[in-house]
This record gives sequence, structure tokens and C-alpha cells, in this order.
Amino acid sequence: MKKILFTLSCLCVFALANAQQTPAANQSKSLLIQGATLHIGNGSVLENAELGIADGKIVEVGAVGSSQNNYDTTIDASGKHLYPGFIAANSTVGMVEIDAIRPTNDLNEIGTFLPHIRTIIAYNAESKVVESLRPNGILTAQIVPTRGRIAGSSSVVQLDAWNWEDASLKTDEGIHLYWPRSYRRGNSSKGEDPLVYDQKNYNKQVEELKQYLIEAKTFQAGEKQKNLPHAALAGAYSGAQQVYLHAKEKRQILDGIDLLKKQGIQRIVLVGGDDAHLILPYLKKQAIPVIVSRPHRLPNTADEDVKLPFKMAKLLMDAGLTITIDVSGRMERMNTRNLPFYAGTFAAYGVEKEKAVEMITLNAAKILGIDDRLGSLEVGKDATLFIAEGDALDMRTNQLSHALIQGREISLETHQTELWKRYMEKFSR
Amino acid sequence: MKLRLFLLSFVLFLQGYSQDYFPSNTGVKSPQNHYQAIVNATLHLNPTTTVEKGSLLFKEGKIVAVGQAIDLPENTIIHDAKGKHLYASFIELHSTFGFPPQKSRSRRRSVQYTADREGYYWSDHIRADYNSIEDYTYKKGEAADFRKAGFGVVNTHRPEGIHRGTGVLVALNDVENDAQRLLDDKASQQLSFSKSSLSNQYYPGSIMGAMALLRQFFHDADWYAKGGAKNKDLAIEAYNDIKKLPAIFEANNKLDVARAAKIGQEFDLPFVVTANGREYEHLQALKDFDASLLVPLAFPKAYDVTDPVSTQKIALSDLRYWNQAPANPAKIAAANIPFALTTKGLKKKISFYAQLKKAVAYGLDESTALAALTSRPAKILKKQKELGSLKKGAYANFIVTDGPLFAQATKIEENWVQGQQHKIVHQPEISLDGKYSLMLEGEKYQLEIKNSATKIAATVKQDSLSFKTKASYANGWLSLQLQNSDKSNYAQLNAKISSAEHLEGKATSFKGNRVDWMAHFEEALEVKEKKDKAKNYPAPVAVTFPNNGFGFAERPTAQNIIFKNATVWTNEAEGILSTTDVWVENGKIKAIGKDLSAEGVKEIDATGKHLTSGVIDEHSHIGASSINEGGHNSSAEVTIEDVVNPDDINLYRNLSGGVTTLQILHGSANPIGGRSAIIKPRWGESAEGLLYKGADPFIKFALGENVKQSNWSSYARFPQTRMGVEQVFVDYFQRAKEYQQEWKAYNALPRKVKARTTAPRYDLEMETLVEILNGERFISCHSYVQSEINMLMKVAERFGVTINTFTHILEGYKVADKMKAHGVGGSTFSDWWAYKFEVNDAIPFNGAIMHSQGVTVAYNSDDAEMSRRLNQEAAKAVKYGGVSEEDAWKFVTLNPAKLLHIDDEVGSVKVGKSADLVLWSDHPMSIYAVAEKTMIEGVFYYELDRATAQVDVIQKERNQLIQQMLSAKNGGAPTQKAPKKQAREFHCETLD
Repeated sequence: MKKILFTLSCLCVFALANAQQTPAANQSKSLLIQGATLHIGNGSVLENAELGIADGKIVEVGAVGSSQNNYDTTIDASGKHLYPGFIAANSTVGMVEIDAIRPTNDLNEIGTFLPHIRTIIAYNAESKVVESLRPNGILTAQIVPTRGRIAGSSSVVQLDAWNWEDASLKTDEGIHLYWPRSYRRGNSSKGEDPLVYDQKNYNKQVEELKQYLIEAKTFQAGEKQKNLPHAALAGAYSGAQQVYLHAKEKRQILDGIDLLKKQGIQRIVLVGGDDAHLILPYLKKQAIPVIVSRPHRLPNTADEDVKLPFKMAKLLMDAGLTITIDVSGRMERMNTRNLPFYAGTFAAYGVEKEKAVEMITLNAAKILGIDDRLGSLEVGKDATLFIAEGDALDMRTNQLSHALIQGREISLETHQTELWKRYMEKFSR
Repeated sequence: MKLRLFLLSFVLFLQGYSQDYFPSNTGVKSPQNHYQAIVNATLHLNPTTTVEKGSLLFKEGKIVAVGQAIDLPENTIIHDAKGKHLYASFIELHSTFGFPPQKSRSRRRSVQYTADREGYYWSDHIRADYNSIEDYTYKKGEAADFRKAGFGVVNTHRPEGIHRGTGVLVALNDVENDAQRLLDDKASQQLSFSKSSLSNQYYPGSIMGAMALLRQFFHDADWYAKGGAKNKDLAIEAYNDIKKLPAIFEANNKLDVARAAKIGQEFDLPFVVTANGREYEHLQALKDFDASLLVPLAFPKAYDVTDPVSTQKIALSDLRYWNQAPANPAKIAAANIPFALTTKGLKKKISFYAQLKKAVAYGLDESTALAALTSRPAKILKKQKELGSLKKGAYANFIVTDGPLFAQATKIEENWVQGQQHKIVHQPEISLDGKYSLMLEGEKYQLEIKNSATKIAATVKQDSLSFKTKASYANGWLSLQLQNSDKSNYAQLNAKISSAEHLEGKATSFKGNRVDWMAHFEEALEVKEKKDKAKNYPAPVAVTFPNNGFGFAERPTAQNIIFKNATVWTNEAEGILSTTDVWVENGKIKAIGKDLSAEGVKEIDATGKHLTSGVIDEHSHIGASSINEGGHNSSAEVTIEDVVNPDDINLYRNLSGGVTTLQILHGSANPIGGRSAIIKPRWGESAEGLLYKGADPFIKFALGENVKQSNWSSYARFPQTRMGVEQVFVDYFQRAKEYQQEWKAYNALPRKVKARTTAPRYDLEMETLVEILNGERFISCHSYVQSEINMLMKVAERFGVTINTFTHILEGYKVADKMKAHGVGGSTFSDWWAYKFEVNDAIPFNGAIMHSQGVTVAYNSDDAEMSRRLNQEAAKAVKYGGVSEEDAWKFVTLNPAKLLHIDDEVGSVKVGKSADLVLWSDHPMSIYAVAEKTMIEGVFYYELDRATAQVDVIQKERNQLIQQMLSAKNGGAPTQKAPKKQAREFHCETLD
């Protein structure tokens, strides 16, 4: 008996030390969720509806009572809201565990042209930060590289996995290009302003990038000698991979798209795009989707509308662009769980609520090229979804009772909920 | 009597020929004992007195007589100055003339905390013992530049340190030597806020540290003079010898100018502060501090706005600066702030004169301008008798101009220093400007000469053929070099000029023959009408409050208003009231109820909207010029109140999120940080105007990784562990207790004994800590993990202190019961974690757990971005841990008011409290809520409609100014590249 207790307490300590939740087993029993308001993810809502799930897929969607099948289990979700899992684009969760602790950082690779670098193999499926996203409805994330001019390839993962292979939904789906900055840090001892335009350096870096792309493209046409970085760009040229152009300023965006198009790269996604509102017809004409900077940022200049970061989504959507939200920024990993509230903030400043939901579900899936499997509550898609008490874009009602990834009902506990319960228990003694 | 005799001999000595007694081995002595006189000139004796056709008689460097009818001794060299004007030459009070450019500080890897020097003050940056005379060397080139700009005397110093020692007053006399030139080897004392490059001592690491250091130094000097110190301090001793000298204070940015003046006012030290050029933005603040200024004329160049993409990033405030700055001197004068002018900031001193005319064209009164260059600086130097005007006994320091000083076309022709002539314009006696017919070897040519007085240019033509021509004209000799059209041959002509009508001389012709040549004057050049530059100056655009895009055209005033039919979140026992009116009168809440109305009181329809008290941010770092003074492990002597920056756009952004009060805390660089500033973001007011009047004072403490300097490479400063952190507090509290006892004992001495006993040293740091011990100042402590939280409560309890607030307090939930027992509140983040090791156990349920145990909980921002949406953060208390909506709302309103001890005035909607109100479009904690109006004490500082409309107003003014800059550029004005301004964002970790 003593031995068992000892073993149990050891297990407890172990669980606390690691604290990540155990991934759920594959769906073995079919499930019907009844009575909920369905936020389909495509901008439409189905009230008092039901949704059937079998073998990890959505098999039925309809009004309550319309089901044709028998289900092993049923969840009564009357009065609750059912959403497709939210998708975090341009995130780095699982790549750094604690910002200030260098050993936990797997993002900061050195070098300038690194298309061969792959985030997926360093992605920590057991990260405590990753599990903290799930109780807020974020069930899928794109994991991107961030260092270098060409930083490497990103993959899309689901957030309930034993390891990175398990986690990956789409491996190496895109190449990330960080456009040169057109300004540099000012030298205060020379009396310069904090940031100074530096056209000379900018032009040099753009030219360097251009030469690199030309060489890489030429390489694709010839005999495939061993050049790992060039070979890693094959998908970008063939169209198998998207190219994510990270650019904020107007000059960067225009120069970036122009160069990529001239190099024959067709599948371009703009990331950031703080000045995108200044060139809307151009972006529309080029049919370039935008992963727009999160609203929780300050305006870039003192003269900008103080609400501009909040209004960007509305401005871009009105111009007919397909957009989702870029979760990067200051303290981005731990803040990634605020994705629903980023969408909510965009809704407060003009975006229709269901369109705000669509932004972080179906449109995110479309932009990341995973809309065949994810992004909406439609038959045939993965049952990656969650049930909330109310409006999931509002903090007060973003309270999850269930979350499923590919039909597997995942734990909504985290290292943090465990500490909460532990200390509430202490104080109740 | 003896003294008088001594003084007399001193004066005689000065007036005598000072090198009389030097031996001469190069010849016989040849004293220059004649008189000189300028006659027939318009003499501007001083800024207000002019004598027409006057004479100025001088000898041995000094003026002997001045006036209309004066007798000239026979041994007088007379200079006829008919049509010329004479002015006392200008005096520069602040320069580094004769010193090499300052080297930039070499950075060491490890921070240095102690002074290099021994036997001096504890800060290497106090160098009052230094005398600039030690290293000064006269530089003829620099002197010539100053003289061209009209200056005859400069005060110069070595720009090293916060107290820089003394300055040297030098006459720019190239003819004689330092024996004559040095007017005063200790003419001034020089101060600044900038550290010396001669030492790596880190403290002060911020502007507020520099201010505190100066204050402490002045106290210490006083105490030292009274015999308080047991040690030798050569810097203090030197200061006590020079403290009566005129004090020139170098301040380099707009707000620092007011800060320097503030310290001068506090210590009754009449600082003359170098201005920054933007004084017109805060004249009242400068007046309030009795500022006396040294105003630069280094007006900004227009930006190069030809590239629209970069231009977009230039802030309107910078575009305006270019447009408004030339009016700065005029506005300072109009505000009756005493000032002198300086060449400071001008890369080319020679451009000073043109800038001076520009300032006058922008409205600076001519006699004020002249006074600011002559009599005013002379008065500051206490040398009115010798300098700054043309009168008997003064130095013969004057400039000769060819017209009234401030006329656009006027040139300074000569600059006489100590009676020695320095020509600026080398006027030839005969002007050759004109058209001539030239005969050379039988051929006739047309010769045209321009600018013969300055840079001569000549053209030679033969009908349609033109010859490349080089000309020179000096010492009465003209030479011309002609190249023929196929560039194969030259002709060289020269002539000694005796008349402009007829030129003749010898030439080597194109064919190589030695021949005579001649030229006859035909006609004068067509006089081109000179452009009146002043006409092209764009009119200055209006200065707003503050002077940036979102500033107000006029400062808004308090309104009497009734909000009708709002849902009112009272934060009081009444809870949330629906369809309720709130009446605001004279900045206070007058009534809350149904169907309120009063004649003449404006009503605002708030149907369907929510009215709450303003958001209060307990932990903010916006609106300040510096945040951390990390130069010592305690910096209780510094205060954020010294460095409030009322122009920070983030204040306006805060208003847009409903924030009406915030505490600007010192950062977390050290265990005992600086004192904080509690402010209201009254957009458009001065720094002083933002301060929350009458609030209890607070101070920042900090624990954990930041004070241990764990996350960056710094291993030199104690403490490096949490163990050490505890001892820092124990040490300081203990010392403060002893300090207080020492003063108590001193103050309790019988009057007579006290009179002959030296008072203890006045210590700004200890004074602050004593306030804490006495419950007169309160601690807000940056904290993370439970061990340190517990530790500080225990240390405080040992000294009878209660910690007021733990800020951040992310593991507060682990010790919530202990916090409750101690009586401390928690001001935390809603959901931050994972950014460093000590927040690994931070949980978003923290607020809810502490709240459940009866701790007063607030949510703060510590972040310029988050602070404008703290209403959303409050909603997270509902999500994480299920706090009721009413209580969650108090996390960002009433509870922080309690933690700041201002809940008697703000934090709830209650009759009699300040009308700090926010009108929301929706439930205030809904993600969809937008603050539509933010009111502080009855004044609408933010209205969504105005903010939105302002974007177009800004764009319009930008376009107007860009047009002006383009036309300036096309008119040939120099331009500068567009910078991208990005205001610094401060967090706890920011190192200054």
C-alpha cells in the first residue's frame, strides 16, 4: 500500500513538473452535439442546430432533429455556441518556452538565406504555452521561422499531440521572407532620431536578395547539384509552397511583391502589412491575401489615427481582401491565446461579428491552404471545434466546456488551471 | 582703505600696458601709444541710443570718448566711416571655443559604480574643481568665424560633466596674445545634465538622476562649508569658491530647459539655461520657473519631402518645428522671459548673422535682439562696464556695418576687438563692376566684370564668340586669363588699377605676343532687384496644446453637463443604475438621478450607452522622459515628477481608452527605485499641470530577476541574489532609522548648543526613506515569486512599515492569505506570463484568487499599448476565475484608486467626487466597447468624433507644410533627410 502511495505521489510530482496535458485518444465513439448556435466559420450562423461527428470528421450539420444517424454519445449544448477551432497564423508557440531563457529559444538561427531551415522539427508539442491556447478556442497554429532574410519554412500544427510528427497537419507549407527594413536604428551620439531612413543600405539588401532569388531560380532549372538552400526553394517556384512576405511599410510591400512576381513566384501572402490600407486597390488587383498585424499594437506614427490598428481589418475587408490575423508582436507567444480577442477588437471597430469569426477560422484556413480540412463546421471537415458558453470573441463569454481536435475530446486543463485549483483548495482548507 | 588702494592699483594695472615690464630682445621697445578714431559713423551706443555722425575715440584697446562732438588728439589715426554703422560687438556666453570636439564615451563591458577620482566628490561627473583655462588654446580659425558672425568676445569652457567648473572669457583679438585676450579666466561656472566622457562612472544613468545629483551636491556644498564633513573634498571646496559666478547651464532638449530652470529656482541659483529652440511650446512653464535663457538661432532645415513614402513618416510636430522655430526668439521676447542669444547648435558659426535677421523678420524686436547680443550677456557676466555697449572705459569692441544691422542687405565689414581691426569684407578701393570695351592686339572684345568687391567674375565675348575667362583682383592688381574658343590658346592680361574708367596694362596675347591692352568703361551692370528673403518666409502655423497633431487649438475647459439616460456603473453600493442621469458641475459630480435637468446646462444623450468612472492605471511608464535610475542599488533620491513629459502621444492614446489617472512608476532596475508621479493625462497642459495635486507620495521598490540583473550580463552590482536583495532593504531601512535619530537629536539640542553644532548631512535618499518609515510615503513594489513577496513583508514589518502595493505580484495567489494579513494590495497583469523564469508559475487566475482572499486587486498595464484597453483586461477577471462583473470593473477603477489613496476623489461615480468619467458605446467590459468621451474634472480631453476628424485635419496641415518645404527647396534652401521618429516606449526594464 505504502509503495502504491509513493508511486502515486511520484506520478503527481511528475505530472506537476511537466504539467502538460495528455493527448486525447482517437475518436472511437460517434458524437452528436445538440442545440447549439453554430458559427459555421464562413460568415453564417445556424441557430438551434446539431452537428454529428464520427471518425474525427464532421458527418452531419443541420437543425435540431434533422439527424439521420445514430450516435454513441450526445452532448446537450443548448444555449451554447459551437465554433470551428480558431487558427493562429504567423505564430511561434512551441519554439521558445521562456523568453528570457536562451536555452529554451529555438528561433534565433544565424545566417541570412535560410530556406532550408524548418520549424517543425523544433516545435515542442508539449509546451506549456501551447496548451494554454486551447481553453481559449485556439486549436490550430502555423509555426513560423523568424530569423534571416529568408528564414525557412513553416508548418501548420494541431495543438494536442505527443510529438511534432503527430502535431503536423501540413509540413513545410510555406517559405518566409522578411523584407529588408528601409530604415535603421539612429545613432543617438550623432544626434540622429531613433529610426532613420537608410535608402543606401536598403537598396543594397534588396539587391542582394534579388541576386539570391535569381541564383536560386536558375538552380531549379539546371542539374540539381547539391545546394540545400536553393533546393529548399523548389516549392516556392513550383507553386507547391506559398511565400510569406513579411513587410510592414508601403515601400517594403510594393518592392517585395514586385520582386517576387518578377521571379515567377505566384502564391504570395503578405504578413504584417501595417501600411496595406494605403495600397488597397493594388493588393486587390494582385489578389494577395494579408495576415494583418494584430490590433494590439500602437500606431506606427504620432500622426496616425489612434485607432488605426483597430480599424485595419475593416479597411482591408471592405476592399475585398482575404485576411486573417498575425499574432506576432511583443510577448507574442504568451499573448497568442488572445487571438479571439484580437478578432473581437477588430469587430468593435467595424468588422461584422461573424466576419470576425470567419477571419480566424475559414479565411485563416484558406490563407494557410488547409481549408480542405479545417476552418468551418461543414461536412467532411475535421471535427476540430469547441463549445463556448457564449460569444467566443468576448472575454466574458469565452468559456469553453468542450474542445475537440479531429474528433478527439481534448483536455482543457493547463499548468495554470492546475495551479489555480491547487491554491483555491489550499485556501478552502 | 588698504583694500581700496589695492583695487585702484588693479584697475590701473588693467588699463596700463600689461606687457610693459616684459623684456625685449628682438629690438627696441616700440609702444603703440597713439589714438584711433572712427568718425562720421552712425553709432549705436547701446540697444536704445543712436548717435548720427558720431566719433569713437579709443586707445590701447579701450574707448576713450564717444559722441558727436569730441576732440580728437593730434596723435590720432582717423578712419572715416561715412555711411557706416557701429555697434558694440556681440558676446557669446556659451561655447567650446578653443577646445577639441568631445570624444564619445568608450563603453566598458562591466558597469562602473564608483568614482575614479579620490579626494573629490563621490561623483566623477561633478568637476567643479576644473578651470577651463587649464586646457584652453586660442584658435584663430574659430575666432575668425565668430568675428564674421559679429562676435567680439566669447565665454568658453570644456564641456565635461554635470558641474564643469569655470569658463574663460576671451576677446577674439587675433593681433595680440592671451595677455590681452583673456578678459577673465574664471568668468562663469558651467553646468549641464550630461555626464563627463572622462569617467565611466554609471550614475547618474538618467536625467532624473542628474537632477537629484545636482540637488544633493548643492546640499553637500552647504554642509561642507559649515564644516560637516570629516574628509577632504576638492570639488566641493572649489565649488564653494566659485558659486557666486554667473552660472551657464547647458540643457539639450525642450523639457530639460524647464528642468534646469526648476532646479535653479529651488536653490535660488540664477542659472542662465541654453534653450532648445522649442520654447514657444511651453512659455508659461518657463516663466513659472523664472527661467533666464540663452536662445539658439539654429533653426531647422526643411525636410527633403520629395519622396512621399519617407515623408509620410515625418511627424507633423517636426514639420511644424521647421515652420515655427524662427519665431521662437520673438515669442520668448513677447513672453518677457529674459534671454541672450547664442550660436549654439549652428554647424557654421558664420551663418549666425543670417539667422539673426531671420529671427527679426519673424517678429523679434530689433533693440531686444541687439540687447540679447550685447548688454544682456554683459549683464549676465556682470561686466556691463567693460562690455556690451559703446561707452567710455569699455573695450573698443565693435562691428562696422554698411547699413542698419538688421537690414537684409547689410554686411558686417569690420570687427574691431580691443581696438584691433579685423577686416571681414576686404573692400577694394576701386570697384570694377561694369561693362567694358576691351582692346587687345587690335581686336575688340566685350568685357563684363561682376562682384569685384568679393569674388570677382568676368566674362569676355567677341560678338557671338565667348571666351572662357578667369579673373582675380587683389591689392589693386587685376588679372584676366582668356581661353579661345577652340581651347588651344590663352591670353593673359594684367593691370594695376588706378581708375575704374580706364584699365590698361600688359598682356600676352593669344598669339603669344607681349602687347599693351586697354579697356574702357561703357556702362554699369543692370541692377537686379534683390529678393526680399523675408517675403518668402511662410507664416508660422498655429501652436497647439500640446504642439503635435492631436493637440488642441485652444486648451479645453471644464463644462457643466448632464449625461442623460446612461447605464451608470457607480462602483458604490447603488451598483449599476440603468437609465440614469449624471450631472457634472465645476469639475465635480453634482447629482446622480432620474430626469435631471437645469437651465443652460448642456445635455448629452447617453441612451444605450454606459457611463463609468475613469480607468486608473496603477503601473504605467508613459509620459516620462526617463524611467530607471539604475546607477545605484537605491535611487530613492530621484523622482519621476521631475521628468514628466506632457507631449507624449501615448497620453492621448490612453485617453482614447478611458484612462483618467495613472501612476508613472520608476522602473525595476534596482531594489529601491525612485519616487513615482501620479498624473492625470490632461492633454495640452504642462508637465506640472499633469501632476495629481495633493495625492500621497509613492515610491517604487523592486524584487527578483531585474534587480538581480539576471537577464543581462551584469555582475558588478550588489545584489545578485534574492538573499542580497533582502539585505539591501534591511541596510537602507536601518540607516534611515539612524539618520532620523541623528536629526532628531540635533533638533532637540538647546538653541545655543545647536547654534554651534554642525547640522547632520541632508541626504535626499535618506529623507525619502524616512518618509516611508513615518508612513508619509508609500511603497509599490515590483514582485513576482512568493518567496520574495513574503520576504519584503517580513522586512517591512521589522521596521513597522506596511507595504502598500505589490505590483506585477504574479505569484500573489500563492501567498494571498499572507498579503491579506499584512494589509497589502496587489496590482497585477491579467494574463501575462512566460517571458522570464520568475513568471513561469504566473497564472491568469491570480487576480481572482487574491480577490477571493480579500486582497484589494487592480489590473495594470506597465505597457503603453495595453493601457488604452484596460477595460478588456478587466473582463479577463470574469473569464479567468469568474469574478463578478461589478467587482472586475473595480480592478481598473476603484481598486487602483484605493491603492493610490485617491479613492476619496476618484474611482467611482459618486456625488462630490471628481467628474472623471468615460462614456462607452457598450458594456464597458465587452470586447465591443469603444470609449466615446473621456472627461477629467469636467473637461473633455478626448472625444472619439474629434479624434477621428483630426486625422483629416492633420493630413491637411501636413500637405500645407510639405508644400511650403517643397517651395523652400526649389527656392534653394538647404534640406535634410526625413527621419523616422519613433518615440521610445518605456517598460520596467528600460535602463534610463
